[in-house]
Amino acid sequence: MSPGKSRKESFEASLKRLEAIVESLEQGTVSLDEATELYEEGILLAKECAEKLKVAELKVKKLTKAIDGQFETEGLKEE
Amino acid sequence: MEQLPLIAEEKKALTVSEITRQIKLSLEQRFPRVWVQGEISNFKHHTSGHLYFTLKDEGAQISAVMWRSRAEALLFLPEAGMKVIARGSITVYPPRGNYQLDVDQLTPVGIGELQLAFERLKRKLAAEGLFDEDHKKPIPEFPESIGIITSQSGAALQDMRSVLARRFPAVEVVRVQGVGAAEEIVQAIAEINRYGKVDVIILGRGGGSLEDLWAFNEEIVARAIYASRIPIISAVGHEIDFSISDFVADLRAPTPSAAAELVVHDRAELLELLRNYCYTMRGSLEEKLSTLRDRVQGLLSSYSFNRPKDLLRESAQRVDELERSLTLKFSHLVQLLHQSQLTLQHRLEALNPKNVLRRGYALVRKEGDLITSARSLGEGDDATIQFHDGTVETKVQS
Repeated sequence: MSPGKSRKESFEASLKRLEAIVESLEQGTVSLDEATELYEEGILLAKECAEKLKVAELKVKKLTKAIDGQFETEGLKEE
Repeated sequence: MEQLPLIAEEKKALTVSEITRQIKLSLEQRFPRVWVQGEISNFKHHTSGHLYFTLKDEGAQISAVMWRSRAEALLFLPEAGMKVIARGSITVYPPRGNYQLDVDQLTPVGIGELQLAFERLKRKLAAEGLFDEDHKKPIPEFPESIGIITSQSGAALQDMRSVLARRFPAVEVVRVQGVGAAEEIVQAIAEINRYGKVDVIILGRGGGSLEDLWAFNEEIVARAIYASRIPIISAVGHEIDFSISDFVADLRAPTPSAAAELVVHDRAELLELLRNYCYTMRGSLEEKLSTLRDRVQGLLSSYSFNRPKDLLRESAQRVDELERSLTLKFSHLVQLLHQSQLTLQHRLEALNPKNVLRRGYALVRKEGDLITSARSLGEGDDATIQFHDGTVETKVQS
């Protein structure tokens, strides 16, 4: 995982965690304290996920080969 | 042809080279382009890349050659027994004194050559295990970066772009420019693998004829897809077309747009899902709270919980009762005491000398001493008589 990703969880990881939280809350076997904590975490995750989904514009990049042979990407404007 | 005199015929004997040259000229001018149908035999794929074979039918045969530059463009591998139509010119090869068909195009008869090549390659690769399910890599459910390999004239790219923008714009698209030929596709797959920072690749092209889509049926493309570390979705052509790349790829989509639909979730659905999750979580928590509240309520109204309270109430009642009876008894006692005190008082009062005096008795004193006997007084003694309301002085007469 790249350093950029480690700070904030990936969408998939967040959603999986959220699903697990929803499940344990639904089963209702956790204590009230735990349930409250889970609920807070879950709401936060849902908010984060929704934020990520609200990106308005698709990022399109072009793969180009740099002089040193490494690959890099550059932004691509609407055609 | 000009008529030559007999002697001149002898004198003008042609050299072998000369006659061959004339035959060559004659044949090559006569047959600059012919189509010949026959069956391939003596097929030889020379290491130089040239193809040598014989075309034959029941009555005759003709040598044929296909030079490497043309053989490379063949979409199938000719083999002995195959019925073909060859297009080419008749050429003469003087060193051997033979003529041959210089083939520039070869087409199988009966079955389309592309179809044939397709079936052949498919069988071969299937036998090698390139289509095995075991080898297929899972497509990530939420890719963050999608590599797209398409031809430069990008109707397919445009389609995918609009689908992705509509469904899940949070994704990043990395496109590899302008590929059409098999070699370019192979290179693009290799490059994007070396770049590495994409989660899935869509190898796409809009619809077209079998010839147009042929690059996706090439063996080198199939092997490049198989070798890719990054999962590949093949999205070539229209719904009914299948390409070799479809079989090798980790997932097949009928069209590029369909691939874009497959590769990301619809964010509207995801947002709805998130809303549902929030709703469910809230409901669960509320249910939990209400269950707990009910339990607390239940405990509060339970017999055992209320027993101490009852005991307390009973005790309090008992205390009240005791207090009441105590008060009662005390006042009774006070009354009794009061009564006896009054009696004593009366008795005391009865003994008060003043009260005796009041009844008509009097006290007699002589020089302050109380006289209690008549013999204590003689004639002429001064005495004081005390009545209840005062005293008088007197003198005893006798």
